[in-house]
Amino acid sequence: MAKSIASEFTKGLWKEVPPFRLVLGLCPVLGVTTSMKNGIGMGLATTFVLLCSNILVSLLRKVIPAKVRIACFIIIIATFVIVVEQMMQAFAYTLFLDLGVFIPLIVVNCIVLGRAEAFASKNGVVKSTADGLGIGLGFTWALGLLGAVRELIGTGSLKGDVFGLIHWDVPNIFGASFEPFGFAVQAPGAFVILGLLLCAMNLIPSK
Amino acid sequence: MGEMIKMVMVLTILSVISGGGLKGLEEWAKPKIENNVMNLVKGPAIRQILEAADNDPVEDRFKIKDGDQELNIFVGVFGGKADTVVVESSANGFADKVGMVVAINMTDDTLRGMAVTTHKETPGLGAMAKDDPNFSAQFAGKNITDSFGVTNDGGQISALSGATITSRAVCSGINQAVDTYNRLKPQLQEQIKGMGN
Repeated sequence: MAKSIASEFTKGLWKEVPPFRLVLGLCPVLGVTTSMKNGIGMGLATTFVLLCSNILVSLLRKVIPAKVRIACFIIIIATFVIVVEQMMQAFAYTLFLDLGVFIPLIVVNCIVLGRAEAFASKNGVVKSTADGLGIGLGFTWALGLLGAVRELIGTGSLKGDVFGLIHWDVPNIFGASFEPFGFAVQAPGAFVILGLLLCAMNLIPSK
Repeated sequence: MGEMIKMVMVLTILSVISGGGLKGLEEWAKPKIENNVMNLVKGPAIRQILEAADNDPVEDRFKIKDGDQELNIFVGVFGGKADTVVVESSANGFADKVGMVVAINMTDDTLRGMAVTTHKETPGLGAMAKDDPNFSAQFAGKNITDSFGVTNDGGQISALSGATITSRAVCSGINQAVDTYNRLKPQLQEQIKGMGN
């Protein structure tokens, strides 16, 4: 039993990391990863929603009638998304300004509804917690990595913090003569760099 | 029949708990959010419109009663004379309310400038109302006796391409701010008389 809980957790971190392995949830992946800070912020917001909705859905899975389950899942998910939105406005307003419309869009993020429908509604609370946390953190590192690559190429440096707790500041790693490659932080650059990262991920076997 | 009742019950109970909880959260978060908006969005926007002012318009603000609601008024001092007031207003845009601040020169009743503060418009289209300085610059210096409108509707403001609804919202927000200003003008003059010396 303990082994399977651990495997539910770790599968999201590598074997089924949503944007790279399942190629799911690409709207925020492409939209907010202009910097590492935004990517990680968005990833953590999604993780919170995913974790809470997974726990609640699995607790209520015997109460929710099958015919209206999607409506119930959406109510639960939307509630937690608004919680995140309000908390972010209260405590991390500048991050909220950067992420803007993408926070309410977590409601329609197919990963969140997908985990509720495919996993949490069929499994117990402990497993669902592990699953939500694993998938969420997998999503976070994927967004953080994509954001970091885009920020590095687009501006030549990395700078930011997570909710004022962890700070990082890497100035000009390419040297002073580096010309920022602005394409990387624009929307088309997101597609190109995501493609290259997918390619790199596929070179490494998922097992 | 029993299944039907159960479905309705579950959905109703979930919605009620969710709605009630969120209302409570909103009440709790509201003052914090307003504080953040003032410090990080409205403050910088107002300081930018009134860049040449001798005072800090955000420091020199007061509240005024308009009917049953309280409005924030920001005051700009130019050349030792408090002659500019900034009024807040909002209008329905494409996604949600578009909030803005409107600076009016009280000496000659012209717009000194305006800026969009809070909005949820589409990035790249409606959001340009805030991001494109050329759009908001159109309003500066205009006489407030004219009502504002986009050129499509026979007005004088060229709308943002692909964002006519947002542009209309900005115009109607400014018209509202001007209405508020005209309504409160005597009180405003009274309030700022002593300032700026």
